[in-house]
Amino acid sequence: MLLITCPNCGPRDETEFHYGGQAHVPYPEDPHALSDAEWSRYLFYRENPKGLFAERWVHNGGCRKWFNAIRDTVSYEFKTIYTGESPLEAGAKGDSQ
Amino acid sequence: MALKGSAVMAETISEETLSLAASLRRSPAARLAKAFAVAGTEGERGVRLREIPFLTQLGIRATPGTPAAAAVEAALGAPLPAIHGSTTTGGGYSVLWIGPDEFLAVGDEGSADLDRGPAETARVAATLGEAGSRLPGAVVDLSANRTTFELSGPAARLVLEKGVSFDLHPRSFRAGQAIVTVLDHVPVLVWKTEEETFRVLPRASFADHVGRWLLDAMREFSAPEVH
Ligand SMILES: [Zn+2]
Repeated sequence: MLLITCPNCGPRDETEFHYGGQAHVPYPEDPHALSDAEWSRYLFYRENPKGLFAERWVHNGGCRKWFNAIRDTVSYEFKTIYTGESPLEAGAKGDSQ
Repeated sequence: MALKGSAVMAETISEETLSLAASLRRSPAARLAKAFAVAGTEGERGVRLREIPFLTQLGIRATPGTPAAAAVEAALGAPLPAIHGSTTTGGGYSVLWIGPDEFLAVGDEGSADLDRGPAETARVAATLGEAGSRLPGAVVDLSANRTTFELSGPAARLVLEKGVSFDLHPRSFRAGQAIVTVLDHVPVLVWKTEEETFRVLPRASFADHVGRWLLDAMREFSAPEVH
């Protein structure tokens, strides 16, 4: 059983949470301007990295609030819980990779 | 129905009508009352269970620190609790923290005598102002949403620990604290009112299941401990 630290409620069993998929997938500014292929890319295409991944989670068994997390998909370890910009993006800019 | 309309209506309902209506209510776990009564045990491993039905419950949505929160706090007579796990009391209510902008005001035991929920909701909601200029917040009558079970006695915590993963030890969960969590997969509020007294609030449709789960979890404490 994983312990996930809700930013509002503190550490709780993973069974109190639901997964919301990849974080930072922006809603298209003008969905009507997209082709079917572009729309399907927005709806269905997600990253599947081996390693650190920015994700959405919701504490549905508690405060019912959404939050973001960086999780290592290899070890399942939660590296950080955050709001706003992805620390991965911030890190990438800083490292000029 | 418009809020203002229900407020006017609530004022015009007589005490007799309210008391007749109260006599017709049937609590979600009414059929378990006898089983609860005989399942209780005394002594150093004692644990007792009862339902406290029909408590007035107001669901509150307001962001702490805003004018809406201040208006609700003034109407309730109690501040909104600031952080997860905390509760406040005042004005005949205990206010439980549900989320950063969500709270549940639970009436004292006397609030169950009459069906006060609609009138109290209208009274507190009225402080948010009229439609058009209403402060951003909400007050809804949730009195029939959850029932209240009270588990008490030296073994009460041991019973709950079979189904609640949150650390209920006094070092992390003190009297006067309440949390939103899961008991045997069922979403509940767990509220520690005294050192050996816990309230469990499941939604009405889960009351029978949770009541029977608690009865089952209590059974071992009616016999001497096996070493
Ligand atoms: Zn939470």
